[in-house]
Amino acid sequence: MSKIILAKDHGKDVMDMRNAYCETMIEMAEKDDRIVALDADLMSAMGMKPFAKKFPERTLDCGIQEANMIGTACGLSVWGKVPFAHTFAPFCTRRACDQIFMSGAYNKANVKVVGSDPGITAAYNGGTHMPFEDMGIMRGFPGMTVVEPSDIVMLKDLLPQIGEAYGMFYMRLVRKDVRKVYDEGSSFEIGRAARLTEGEDAAIIASGFCVAEALDAVEMLRAEGIRVRLLDMFTWKPLDEEAVLWAAETGAVVTAENHNVINGLGSAVSCLLAKKKPTLVEMVGIQDEFGEVGPVSYLRERFGLTAENTVEAVHRAIARKNA
Amino acid sequence: MLNDTQRKELKRFSKQTQMEIVKMISHIPAGHIGGSLSITDVLSVLYNKQMKIDPENPKWEDRDWLVLSKGHCGPALYAALALKGYFPVEQLATLNAPGTNLPSHADRNRTPGIDMTTGSLGQGASTAAGVAAGMKMDEKENYVYLILGDGELDEGQVWEMALMANTKKLDNLIAFVDYNKLQIDGRTDNDEVCDLGDICGKFEAFGWYAQRVNGHDVDEIDTAIDKAKEHKGSPSVIVLDTVKGNGWSRIANTAGSHSRGVSPEELEEALSEMQAAMDEIQ
Repeated sequence: MSKIILAKDHGKDVMDMRNAYCETMIEMAEKDDRIVALDADLMSAMGMKPFAKKFPERTLDCGIQEANMIGTACGLSVWGKVPFAHTFAPFCTRRACDQIFMSGAYNKANVKVVGSDPGITAAYNGGTHMPFEDMGIMRGFPGMTVVEPSDIVMLKDLLPQIGEAYGMFYMRLVRKDVRKVYDEGSSFEIGRAARLTEGEDAAIIASGFCVAEALDAVEMLRAEGIRVRLLDMFTWKPLDEEAVLWAAETGAVVTAENHNVINGLGSAVSCLLAKKKPTLVEMVGIQDEFGEVGPVSYLRERFGLTAENTVEAVHRAIARKNA
Repeated sequence: MLNDTQRKELKRFSKQTQMEIVKMISHIPAGHIGGSLSITDVLSVLYNKQMKIDPENPKWEDRDWLVLSKGHCGPALYAALALKGYFPVEQLATLNAPGTNLPSHADRNRTPGIDMTTGSLGQGASTAAGVAAGMKMDEKENYVYLILGDGELDEGQVWEMALMANTKKLDNLIAFVDYNKLQIDGRTDNDEVCDLGDICGKFEAFGWYAQRVNGHDVDEIDTAIDKAKEHKGSPSVIVLDTVKGNGWSRIANTAGSHSRGVSPEELEEALSEMQAAMDEIQ
């Protein structure tokens, strides 16, 4: 069962995701000797050296060879281990795409693929390293569960669930700073969106760092007298149909994602609504462009992923609803 | 070392496997016959002599594993598994039929005795290494056998695995290369596609223990596996000199044997040639 405690000071504190990832992986490995960590020469970048030090026999740094890392992880899982395989998001989902598909999903393996630096958070690594398509690629594979935790509290709660559930997972994960959204004690259910605010005028369905931006947007809209429902859609697949339909009750839906709107969260929500309850949708997200280099603050503005962009999208949605 | 009875048994099993392969493929418009026929001898040595298996309990946790990375040669493995009793031989006639448990490419979720799903070339190399690494973590003394095609060595993933498996000292991994010298577009030992050059030398450069033997001589294969098992500290590769389409002279050593059909007349021809070879063993 989910228990959502929205942090009163949400959006204020900034926390490092890596530490939470490594600490939680160590806790999990202490309890479950099937947990194995694989990496492709980014163990230091991911802050996983403490894990490697504590569990050298359960650490496999494969070097810069993502295809072999994913394949090895799949073999380990068929043997009975629970491998978490990390590299930057483009290098698992693009470069090792067929390995995740065939050795993983088709083979019915049990690998937890972790792709870091999603979307614009690749920042100074620039367009080559900036995946706007990773979640969409992974969503297209039968049997994949696809998640994007929005803060550390959620990450810590989801990781053990991911480890315990048999099956292929893709988790995209901001490696460095994320804004706090939830208080300790919150718990989440994979496949169930977190319903964060109530309102009748419109609904925002957000994911990843866009949730913190959306919370800002909700406050800005409230000051204008506009009340919106906000969903943290941290599971992209399976998509929480009930929650999307709840959002659609407002008649004006806005999606917000750090991902290409083509094949992204906006597409997933629109596809569902087209089938179940045709509703107008505005999409905040990457408008089918390549990334570029720069600080996250610049890139957020450059690609239109700010709270202000979300407010504008809500205005557009309400205007269309009332037209 | 094989005694005379064992040698004959292994040769007969290999020939029976070949006969089942041509029969299976005769039921469908086309199948991967050439590369299936070239690996029946190594399958015979593995399933009858070297591997720890229990056909009654295909998932036996103390078994040795086999990963057929050249997954398109599923028909060879299906025939060997059926002859070992993993499932009824009659089922072989369902190869590629709608709803079958015997699809073109090996699928562990459908067929008893298949340890790993394969089909996209190069990938079985890594999944085999993963199983070997898991066995090491659990201090098991079992072996993982990996069968690679020679054309498959074009895939970079094989060499990624070769680098890693040696670094991680996976001496419980024994790979075979079915060096039948032919891939779809031409020869593997000249510049028709990609020249593989000195395969043993390449693996040795990656730190592997490499041997090259006649892939249609069960004694040589058996001895090479024994030596590979004795070798500690790094993985082993056994390059098998083989003939694509082995056992049926009409298609032997032709690239066209990679995938083709078998007409009723051809089936009769192939079976009679194989039966004659079988009679010679007895």
